[in-house]
Amino acid sequence: MKLKIKPATRRSFVTYAIVTAAFIAVEVAASLGRTSNMFIGLLIPFCVYSIAAVSLNLTVGILGELSLGQAGFMCIGAYSSAIFSCMTKDTITNALVRFPMALLVGGAFAAIFGVLIGIPVLRLRGDYLAIVTLAFGEIIKNVFAALYVGKDSRGLHFSLTSSGDLGLEPGGKMIINGALGISGIPKDSTFEIGFVVLMLTLVIIYNFINSRTGRAVMSIRDNRIAAESIGLNITKYKLITFGLTAFLAGIAGALFSHNLAILQASKFDYNLSILILVFVVLGGIGSVRGSVIAAVVLTYLPEVLRSINSYRMLIYSIVLIVMMIFTSNAKIRGFFAGNLMKLKAMFGKQTAAKEGE
Amino acid sequence: MALLEVKKLGISFGGLRAVDDFSISINKGELYGLIGPNGAGKTTIFNLLTGVYKPTDGSITLDGVNLTGRSTIEINKAGIARTFQNIRLFSNLSVLDNVKAALTNRYTYSTVTGIFRLPKYFSAEKAMNEEAMKLLSVFELDGEADTIAANLPYGKQRKLEIARALATSPKLLLLDEPAAGMNPNETAELMNTIRQVRDDFDMTVLLIEHDMSLVSGICERLSVLNFGQLLCEGKTAEVLSNPEVITAYLGE
Repeated sequence: MKLKIKPATRRSFVTYAIVTAAFIAVEVAASLGRTSNMFIGLLIPFCVYSIAAVSLNLTVGILGELSLGQAGFMCIGAYSSAIFSCMTKDTITNALVRFPMALLVGGAFAAIFGVLIGIPVLRLRGDYLAIVTLAFGEIIKNVFAALYVGKDSRGLHFSLTSSGDLGLEPGGKMIINGALGISGIPKDSTFEIGFVVLMLTLVIIYNFINSRTGRAVMSIRDNRIAAESIGLNITKYKLITFGLTAFLAGIAGALFSHNLAILQASKFDYNLSILILVFVVLGGIGSVRGSVIAAVVLTYLPEVLRSINSYRMLIYSIVLIVMMIFTSNAKIRGFFAGNLMKLKAMFGKQTAAKEGE
Repeated sequence: MALLEVKKLGISFGGLRAVDDFSISINKGELYGLIGPNGAGKTTIFNLLTGVYKPTDGSITLDGVNLTGRSTIEINKAGIARTFQNIRLFSNLSVLDNVKAALTNRYTYSTVTGIFRLPKYFSAEKAMNEEAMKLLSVFELDGEADTIAANLPYGKQRKLEIARALATSPKLLLLDEPAAGMNPNETAELMNTIRQVRDDFDMTVLLIEHDMSLVSGICERLSVLNFGQLLCEGKTAEVLSNPEVITAYLGE
């Protein structure tokens, strides 16, 4: 008897398998000493960008709305988790306890902002939504760049003007020093934790897509009027999706900030939002696996090309164009899909023949 | 008492009176037709009944519940489902998922349950699958449950839209030109399907149609609309032989 697996289930398990295989391969190569320092340094960014891209794909591919605020949500996640870790690193000494909590704090704060911003913003569609989310990301970045937070025996102090304004006691400690950012964040991010978080993200996203809520969201994307006619509450489902995107982006930000010696808001500018959108678009809008692959390839490429620095951006842009053609041109996709079918048919015949023997 | 009771319904778009003083009363289990020349306001009436437009005057009552001015979502929950003149399927979803999307409000579990695949997810999904397959088999679409909706042939897309509307378990089904673009064979088949839907689901159906073979074949009563106003109503055969109706359609 042939076991019947739903195509959606198969798709998700193939992705889990690819990511796990890549993880094991890297771990093995690292233990054999076959990896360069540059590559090791990129492992956590791979996870961060994959999570950010996959979660943005939820809004862009599944909900069908263009959001350019991903860096803003990552920024919120990065800062809130970093503040949490800086405040608790003396009391909770075990990083394996503290870091998951920090990740959740980062995700939760980003999700709160996601929902708060989503309420007014999700009434807009298309370009307008993109413009507003872009502005939101910039506002968040600039607010954090101007924020001073200090801690002393009387509690937390905030200021938006200067560190002197905080009026810290002599024994007090700066946590955020304006544009200089946060230093002394415990370096809790590891590739192993990044891998686990990425896997959890993938499971959450695939399960979300294949649930009642995900179906409702995709219905709204495909035809809003028909979705309303079958009684789907458009605003509610949009908010859930936007909130989940923000939550996962916040977690990506938290993973990112705990890998840095100094966290500065300037890292979360609109270039980062655009970069993540590029991962999503080139990986194929709506394709979770594509987002992960594009994020990894396009994070790795500029670093590899550093040795031929003058041609770096040239090659990078050629790769972008080639990927764009491959993922969006129906003819080329059809050509490959057709050949794949032929191959499958060939193998199918072979296995059928073997069974007949 | 009638299932759907519409009284003196009217809507103006700026200076244009699209529908004026329109009243209709449909009994439970009836197959009712709404006909009229192009631009008479038939689809506008459907949009008023389903809350896409808010009426400027008049009232809509379904099964004793006043639905005037309610939102599309509330009206669907109260029991009116519809199909569209230009097919509106969830074209990137599978045939099965199109129907399951319409079951969203009937088999509920939270988003968190869905993400963590708690036991309720599996029981609800199983019930949804069974219900959806049952509906699809009525329309002989169960063999194509995994096909992407956009890849279905035209006639089947029309059927899927009806199946999706029925999945919300409505009291009243509105069909907007179900036979548009169908050949005579497909139309004949559709007539059987509509009759079967009425009998099997104990459904009340209001349909807009230009194909007179379908109208005279299955509708028990008709209302004729011309320039946004009710021209006449009554038993199908009587209405279709009314000289005023013939003039409205064919001119003097």
